[in-house]
Amino acid sequence: MDIKREDIIHLAELSDFSLSDAEIDSLGGDLKNIIHYISQLDELDTDNISPTYQVFEMENVWRDDEIKEQEANREQLLALTKEEKDYQIKVPKVL
Amino acid sequence: MKIANKTVSAERLVRDALEKAKHFENYHIFTFLNEENAIKKAQEIDRRIANGEKVGRLAGVPYALKDNFLSPEGETTASAHILEGFVSPVTATAVKKLEDEGAIMIGRTNLDAFAHGSSTENSYFGPTHNAFDFERVAGGSSGGSAVAVALDIVEFATGTDTGGSIRQPASFNGVYGLKPTYGCISRYGVVAMASSTDCVGFFTKSPEDMDLLMSVASGQDEKDMTTLPDYYTSQPDDPVIPSRIGIIKDFDNDSVAPEIRKALAEKIELLKSRGHEIVELEMPSLKYALAAYYIIVPAEVASNLSRYDGIRYGFRAKEAKTLDELYKNTRSEGFMPENKRRIMIGNFVLSSGFYDAYFLKAAKARTLIINEYEKAFLKVDFILTPVSPNPAFRMGEKINDPVAMYLEDMMSVSLNLAGVPGLAIPAGKTESGLPVGLQLVGPRRSDKKLINFAKELI
Repeated sequence: MDIKREDIIHLAELSDFSLSDAEIDSLGGDLKNIIHYISQLDELDTDNISPTYQVFEMENVWRDDEIKEQEANREQLLALTKEEKDYQIKVPKVL
Repeated sequence: MKIANKTVSAERLVRDALEKAKHFENYHIFTFLNEENAIKKAQEIDRRIANGEKVGRLAGVPYALKDNFLSPEGETTASAHILEGFVSPVTATAVKKLEDEGAIMIGRTNLDAFAHGSSTENSYFGPTHNAFDFERVAGGSSGGSAVAVALDIVEFATGTDTGGSIRQPASFNGVYGLKPTYGCISRYGVVAMASSTDCVGFFTKSPEDMDLLMSVASGQDEKDMTTLPDYYTSQPDDPVIPSRIGIIKDFDNDSVAPEIRKALAEKIELLKSRGHEIVELEMPSLKYALAAYYIIVPAEVASNLSRYDGIRYGFRAKEAKTLDELYKNTRSEGFMPENKRRIMIGNFVLSSGFYDAYFLKAAKARTLIINEYEKAFLKVDFILTPVSPNPAFRMGEKINDPVAMYLEDMMSVSLNLAGVPGLAIPAGKTESGLPVGLQLVGPRRSDKKLINFAKELI
């Protein structure tokens, strides 16, 4: 299938990063080759085959709805962020 | 493996390992050395031994930790810029189990950033060199761990295997590498790549060491709901009985290097001479495993890596004016090109309009692959195949051609899609001295039998 420059830019947009012109050229070329390769699945007959999304044998794992003690506390987790004030993480203006 | 006791001190073992790690510094094996803590822990074990107190099954054993396992010792970077500065307040279950038995982490090892790659060249910190040829790649993504064991710096190393990331570097460096059954070892505290295929495993110098590590690390974990109920430790050490070994016809062709085919032929003869039966298998869906893998895994990667936004931990881009700009700049600067490729491919195959043709199609191919393995294991006990189509390649040879790099994984990925275990075993060397590896594959939950049977291939 044909992958255009706009498609590459759109995919980067969906992926939440921006690409330089050089990256659009190089990654764009790579993506075309990769998509060409994975498109060979077309040859495989999968009529009446149901999909598999995971190979874990159990469906649901239940536990009681209770608060469990966690390994890390609030201070430890907040210490990982770049800017913090009054137990809040600071980010650029949203609105 | 050498375990600390009254005559061999843990401190000696740990200091030796640290010294060797420094000696081989130019191989770029480690992203962090745990000098101070490792020595302190060793001294504590020695004190306990001197006092006649009980110590664990891995007392004082120095090991290397792939840098995508969380623990408070050193930054967990996954060799990615975007995790820079991240010191985890939590500890991975696998790490906790090893340390509870007295194993001592002497350093964190290099990998392809976020385990995306088959050579360790995609690391933000630069590539790891092959233990047998400095000009060649270590394999990947767990390249640093494989080389740390191959150069005898540590007794064992941890790895993760999403599509071959333990087995391929093990075979490139002449050591044992196990990808267990999916769900055998907890993934809690391991940086997620593709949740439906990620497995924790090990690099060792012998099948016996692998067995010991599996008995320590395996088992159900309430923090990882995809762990299977314990089965490894309750299985007996059966003596090896004459077995039926499958070989896959499709894998014996011109796309596989002659030296790998020769190694396979030699091991087949060895097995026959020991009374085992060789059975030829037809598994026609396996040639589509790589295409299915490079649809399913990028889809899961795109989802798992959406959490890296620069807000809560790790690297944050400077001077962003809006929140959107902050996300974008952080991710643009923080990811390696291969991370970006996989995220974009993932978002492509999941997009409306392409979902059915790619993601759904791959999920159906996965069913066919699982069915083929199930059928094969009705006829044979194990399957013996190459791990990769060639021995270690030269640095830079494939880094600019992602599809050529992906083709490295063509024989390893089907196991991850099916959730079955595979053990990479050393199988001699090429004329120029490069190690060659083969993999022994078994049905789900056959990990212990696989490890035991590997002794028949020595």
